[in-house]
This record gives sequence, C-alpha cells and structure tokens, in this order.
Amino acid sequence: MKVTAITLLLLLCVAALRYPGFFSATVFTDLLRDNAFLGIAAIGMTFVILSGGIDLSVGAVIGFVSIFSSRLMRDADLPGPIIVLLSISIGVAFGVCQGWLISRCSLPPFLVTLAGMFVARGLAFAVSMEAITITDPLYRFAAQSRLTLPLMFLATFAAAAFALGRRSFGRNVYALGGNADSALLMGVPVARVRIAVYAVSGFCAALAGIAHGVYTSSGNATAGTLFELDAIAAVVIGGATLTGGVGTVSGSVLGVLVLGVIQTAITFEGTLSSWWTKITTGVLLLFFILLQRVFKRTATDPHSME
Amino acid sequence: MPKWLWPLVGLGAILLFNAFATPTFFEITVRGGNLYGSLIDVLNRSAPTALVALGMTLVIATGGIDLSVGAIIAIAGVVAAIGINKPGKPFLMVLAESTAWAIALGAWNGLLVGYARVQPIVATLVLLVAGRGIAQLLSDGQIITFTDPRLASFGVGRLWGLPVSITLVAGTALSLALLARLTAMSLFVECVGESSTASRYTGIDARAVRLTVYGISGLCAGLAGLLVVAQTKAADANTAGLYIELDAILAVVIGGSSLSGGKFSLWGTWLGALMMQALTTTILTRGIPIEWTLIVKASLVLAVSLLQSRSAGFLLRGRPA
Repeated sequence: MKVTAITLLLLLCVAALRYPGFFSATVFTDLLRDNAFLGIAAIGMTFVILSGGIDLSVGAVIGFVSIFSSRLMRDADLPGPIIVLLSISIGVAFGVCQGWLISRCSLPPFLVTLAGMFVARGLAFAVSMEAITITDPLYRFAAQSRLTLPLMFLATFAAAAFALGRRSFGRNVYALGGNADSALLMGVPVARVRIAVYAVSGFCAALAGIAHGVYTSSGNATAGTLFELDAIAAVVIGGATLTGGVGTVSGSVLGVLVLGVIQTAITFEGTLSSWWTKITTGVLLLFFILLQRVFKRTATDPHSME
Repeated sequence: MPKWLWPLVGLGAILLFNAFATPTFFEITVRGGNLYGSLIDVLNRSAPTALVALGMTLVIATGGIDLSVGAIIAIAGVVAAIGINKPGKPFLMVLAESTAWAIALGAWNGLLVGYARVQPIVATLVLLVAGRGIAQLLSDGQIITFTDPRLASFGVGRLWGLPVSITLVAGTALSLALLARLTAMSLFVECVGESSTASRYTGIDARAVRLTVYGISGLCAGLAGLLVVAQTKAADANTAGLYIELDAILAVVIGGSSLSGGKFSLWGTWLGALMMQALTTTILTRGIPIEWTLIVKASLVLAVSLLQSRSAGFLLRGRPA
C-alpha cells in the first residue's frame, strides 16, 4: 500500500509538472466522480479478495442493475428511493446465492461467479437490449451536483474501512483469507463470513450500478462490461494478494485513483491514443505483482522448498 | 467411466431434441463436392472456441488458468493481417510470424506462472488487460482488412468437402492427444496439477511443465486467431476473441476436466465445445431470444460442476457435508 501511495504521488507530481492546470479542484472532483463506480465496485471486490475468493460477476451486476432500474422507472413508475432499495436488495440476494454455492457446495469461486456473470448479463439483455433514458427526479437531483458521486464513493470507503478495521467481521474476513482451516478451528463462522463477503460485493456492485445510472443518466444492459477486471487490477495494485488475507480498503481506493490518474493524464496529453491506458495498466499490474513476489520471498518461511 | 461420456450424452440429448423439433437439422446437402448443413455449421462455428479450449485443458490440468487467450487471438490476428498485406512476403512467413507471437505470449505467461510463481489468474490478467492495447498499438487502432485468398481460405475454404477449420481442430486435438499420451507429458501435467509438492519430490520440473502448457495454450489461441481473422477477412483488435476465454473454460469444465487440476480429457473438451455450439444453434433455430444462451450456458456449467462436487452430492442425498 505504501508503494501504491508513492506511485500515486509520483504520478500526480509528474502530471502537475507536465500539465499546467492539473492541480485544480475541478480535476480532483472529476477524478473521484469519473471513478466513483469503479471505486465502489473495487471496494466490494476487496472484501472478496481478502477472503481468498474472486468475484467475476461485478460488471454484469452493474449492467443488470443499470438496465433493470431504468426499465422499472419507465414502465412501473415506482418512486426513486424504492427502486434504489430494490436494486440493492437484488445485488445482495445475488451475492448471497453465489456465496451459498461457493461455501455450501464447495464449488470454486471462479466458476460460480463466472456463471453468475453470464446469468446477470443474460438477464440484463432480457430486460432490454436498448438503452433507456433515466427521468426519475431522485436520479435527476443526484446528477445535478458534481459532488454526489464523490460523496457516494467516500461514504462507501468509510463504511468499508470501518467494517474491516473496527468490527469483528473484518477480523473474520482476514482470518478466513489467511487460512480457512485455522479460521474454522479458531471458531470463525467460516460459511457465514464467506457468504457475507459475496453479499457485500453484490451490494457494492448494485450501488455501483446506481452510481452508473446517475453518472450517465441512462440505463444500459452493456454497462460495466469487463469492469470486474479493472476492479481486480485496482485491488491488486492496492497491495492485496489474490491468495487472500493481505490488503486494505485504503490500498484499493489508492489503486483506483492510480488507474484514474493515468486515464486523466492520457486525456490531458491529447496526442496519446486510448490504448496506452490498457498497456500502462497492464505494466503497472505486472510491476505490483512482481513486487509482491519479491516481498513475499524475503518475508515468508525459510522452509519453502522452491 | 471415461470423462468424455457426460458431454457425449449431453450432445446426444441436444441432437435428439433437434431430430424431433427441427427435422432439417440433420440434413446434409452436397454442393460441388462440398458438404453443407446444420451439423457442419456447428462443427465449423465451434472451431475457434474448441481450439482455445484444447490448449486451456492442459493449462487447467496443471491447476492453472489462462485468461489471456482472447488477447492473444487479437494480437495474432492483427499480426497475420498486417503481414499478409505486405506485398511479396511469403505466406508461410506470415503464418510463422503470427504463430511465433502467440507462442511467445503464451511462454511469457508460463514464465510468470512457472518461474516467478505468480498466481495464474493474476499472471494472465496482465496480458488480458494489456493485450488488446498491444494489438491496437500494432494495428494503430484500425480494423485491418485484407483480400488475400490464401489467408481467407482458412476461414471459408474447404478441405475434403469440409470447412478447413474442422481439419484444423481435429489435427490439433489429435496432435495434442498423441503428444500427451504417447510421451510422459500427460503424466507430468496431471502430477503437477494434483500436487506440485509431490511432483517436485518425484523429480518433475514443474516450472518447465508450466512453461510448456502455457506455450501450447498460446499456440492454440494463435491458431484460433488465424481462423477468426480469416473468417471475417478483417482483424479487429477490439472484438476478435472477446469473451472466448470464458467459453473455453466452460467447454473444459463441461468436458469433464476439474478446474482444480489433475486428470483431463482433450476429447471431452472438444465435445464440450461442440455441445455449447449445438445448444447455441438450437436456441437460434428455435427462435428463442439470443440473450437466453448466456443463462442456459451458466445453468449448464453450474449443473455439471454440482454433479462433480462431492459435498453437493451429499447435499442431494440429504446428508450433511
């Protein structure tokens, strides 16, 4: 996480020196605003990855919530708050189902959430293939202020940091990710914690879907395509290991900001083509996983055979 | 009981359903010495996924996963399309260049997983994220079209009355099966997948085994890239092979190989790929909206893995796991 913070600072310094006008309140609000839904999704993903799992369904859940909520607004004429509540309950229920399959039927998380991704994306297409414009007053109101999305992002961050750092739930998640067998012997309710992390991820994905609706003022079944990869990349850049047990929410948020600053810098540069974002993200990802390997090799047990 | 039995039963069930529901499904017509029909179509359309899935089978058997195959398809396709548009360049050279890229990218994954001991999901995620960027860099963000009949013949050409793609898949499956079963390779691969610690004690170089299987997976993805590009006569860095890694993983799982590594079945994988394509074609011919294919595929995979899972078996029989 320290390395992530240093990388972020370095990137900011380079950007500030290169592009006059980079250090302004507008650019930073926009940074938080443009990356709010990625950030919220990455926070949910952090819980899952800390527990030693993975959630590939995040992007598809965003797409489903996006199209489902806007269709409800158009055709059912329900008030905004009810739609928000309904979307979030669907996200949580979806996560619970995935967690149940993973924990009770001992299926690999990769496979279950891959299937979950297909189901959610398929349902999204079944709701509507065309994009739907959002006219709901609550969403309209939320979209008026540039601060709504940054506030949503920061509130999710605060809640997640509190749950992981200050509650027994957080300790249980770390214990489960560190070693599931030891956690069970220590009396951690392993099955319940495992289901809970996928529920948290589903909650965050649904929230990210709502944020996406506010951001674009429309619902789209293809929203959030391949989003889970960006979220995983942000979490890994933030210092978490995919084996579980290591990482922090603050790290993931820094990871999201690193990705966001790169995107903003490439936009500022103007002459660089969009594909450089992908290549830089890949290179950064590589740098961080190799760094983790180096640290792990020096830090772990001397009995390691390889 | 062989691993390929269940996908065969599944494929049989889908075909049987079609025999009653769509009588024209089994019609094969001969035009100008070439065979045409729904069955041929299923074989042809499943070819890219089948190729990728064959390589993926070996990777999964070592307990790994390769998420980067779609990106490798995009890169190999772009390289081939650029090469074929250069006048005077020998055709074999174009093929060799594209395949060399694919093998090199696969070997890069293998180095990360085998030698740097990075987890397979993250190691191949790097190329999944960066790969399409590299393909766009090579193609300068353009969709590269070509008219050369030699490369296009991979996609639309016919060999012995059948699409070339079928021969390509059958050839790859046969070579891999021979390579795996006639040499000690399948033993090494399964051993590394079952327990890399045990294989180390028996003197197997797990790193070299991993390097080899990721290299093979890259090669298979490269061949699939040639097919995809040849079928559309254009290389699109953005969409070529998009999501194919997911379909390939599903084909492997349906084919009876376990995601946690160990025993594998190449023929099961091919049957798995055929079964998914037959299902898609059936859904299309029955007029069911295309979006349901995703849900049907997901249910299928969950059902198959639940059947394989031990604790779920207990669950069904009413005993605690």
